[in-house]
Amino acid sequence: MTKYTYTEKKDTRSGFGAGLLEAGKRNPKVVALCADLVGSLKMQDFINEFPERFVQVGIAEANMIGIAAGLTIGGHVPFTGTFANFSTGRVYDQIRQSVAYSDKNVKICASHAGLTLGEDGATHQILEDLGMMKMLPGMTVINPCDYNQTKAATLAIAEHHGPVYLRFGRPVVPIFTPADQVFEIGKAWMVSEGTDVTIIATGHLVWEAIQAGEQLEAMGISAEIINIHTIKPLDEEAILKSVAKTGCVVTAEEHNRLGGLGDSVAQVLIKNKPAPQEYVAVDDSFGESGTPEQLMEKYRLNAPAIVEAAQKVIQRRG
Amino acid sequence: MTRDIAELQRIASQVRRDVVRMVHGCQSGHPGGSLGCTDYLVALYFAIMKHDPSFNMDGEGEDLFFLSNGHISPVFYSVLSRSGYFDKAEMATFRKLNTRLQGHPTTHEGLPGVRIASGSLGQGLSVAIGAALSKKLNGDDRLVFTLHGDGELQEGQIWEAAMFAPHNKVDHLISCVDVNGQQIDGPTKVVLSLGDLNAKFTAFGWEVMEMKGNDMAAVVEGLHKAISLSGKGKPVMILMQTEMGAGVDFMMGSHKWHGVAPNDAQLEQALNQLEEALGDY
Repeated sequence: MTKYTYTEKKDTRSGFGAGLLEAGKRNPKVVALCADLVGSLKMQDFINEFPERFVQVGIAEANMIGIAAGLTIGGHVPFTGTFANFSTGRVYDQIRQSVAYSDKNVKICASHAGLTLGEDGATHQILEDLGMMKMLPGMTVINPCDYNQTKAATLAIAEHHGPVYLRFGRPVVPIFTPADQVFEIGKAWMVSEGTDVTIIATGHLVWEAIQAGEQLEAMGISAEIINIHTIKPLDEEAILKSVAKTGCVVTAEEHNRLGGLGDSVAQVLIKNKPAPQEYVAVDDSFGESGTPEQLMEKYRLNAPAIVEAAQKVIQRRG
Repeated sequence: MTRDIAELQRIASQVRRDVVRMVHGCQSGHPGGSLGCTDYLVALYFAIMKHDPSFNMDGEGEDLFFLSNGHISPVFYSVLSRSGYFDKAEMATFRKLNTRLQGHPTTHEGLPGVRIASGSLGQGLSVAIGAALSKKLNGDDRLVFTLHGDGELQEGQIWEAAMFAPHNKVDHLISCVDVNGQQIDGPTKVVLSLGDLNAKFTAFGWEVMEMKGNDMAAVVEGLHKAISLSGKGKPVMILMQTEMGAGVDFMMGSHKWHGVAPNDAQLEQALNQLEEALGDY
């Protein structure tokens, strides 16, 4: 198995902040909006550099989405920033009508997604956002896995024309992808090749999948690990190619098992070549308060859960 | 600017014919509010705004208009067509399968003149503010106009936007509320009172003015006044008094014609009251 190590941990939201600053330098039409969460979204560097290209909307997310849609008229490329919950569920209809249906070039950038938001609890821990966003026609949905990938994704979406949902998080996690990577929207990343089981992971679960792959290797199981950072459009070819080889798949995501990456993968398999699949995801429940590590353990979103799912799916495949 | 009031009134008469004929043609749509706002839209597109019917989404160097109460699409489509954005024959496709003239306006089918989808209420003021900010960033000093229904003001997002625009001195924005006092379930006073709108918007920091919306001379004069009030650090709000169904006697004075289509006899009765000034589609 390909070895991955890290020397530094950082939060993915800081990757967004760095990417936004860089995107602003590259394109004078890039503008940013925030709903009273500048520090949490790591937008201060952009604001310091381009104060006239930043819009503080206050605690008014619906208005923020509408203003962002309007800013595209005249050629601007707006990046909105707030927590994932307030970026999606709270403003679903605004995104649906003023952004997606109107085909506006808005980048909806969402931090503190999932359980790893931690102590604030279920009101803030959205686990349904990927599902809501991927159901919108024309919406690109991206969930990067570490600081470097989030920065690269931020730069990539600035160049892409069309509405995008970019989801990242709060906790510091290992940086294991290269700083100089080219992020290709819709293209899966082959993390490690294997033959016995395919593990498809997104976001914070990619590092856990790598840990799981090492544990499985020690048990004599060869896992193929694929990072799907773009939930939509989905790299169907990469999924089918891998599952053709392994015959079974584990999907891993920090999301409700309903409507997330797992369901997208299942649909591809059903339509093409059905194969046993196990979900590592939240089992249709809300989250709760706790540290990120405690929550990921309690809700079984970690390396041991992936190992267990891999063993089970291999058994099912026979 | 060169058109006189009589000419604008004749255009408005044709637009009202288009409205009732479109709604009759598909037996669906919203004639009441469309008729009430006809004079405002005709004045904007034929006398006030600098705009280019060859249509470019970004609209740089042009005045922009955003329809927030998208259900009055018939009047919007008629005014766009009559001012050159698309052939008048296309009005016959209103609300029919494969049309660009969807029930509520959208950019999705590429209809020239439409810059944002509307229909789900309360979103257009925010979008207009965004477009106004975009103009400021581009050094473009043209104006952004909007139209909202009074019932629409019951949506919370309107007040988020109403708070934002004065705080940020979005002063090249001229918004207009169609105060017809009616909504689907009845008079606004019965359904959910809007209270003193002048006092409310004034308290939010807007420059507020009132205007009679079914008197073409008053509309043109009012819009010139609104323009003179713009650029002074505050957004401008026009509270426009209209009558739902204006121009067709039996459609006036009630919420009944908010979303009901006329039958054949009613269509004839309506058309008898409206001059065919520019030729029907």
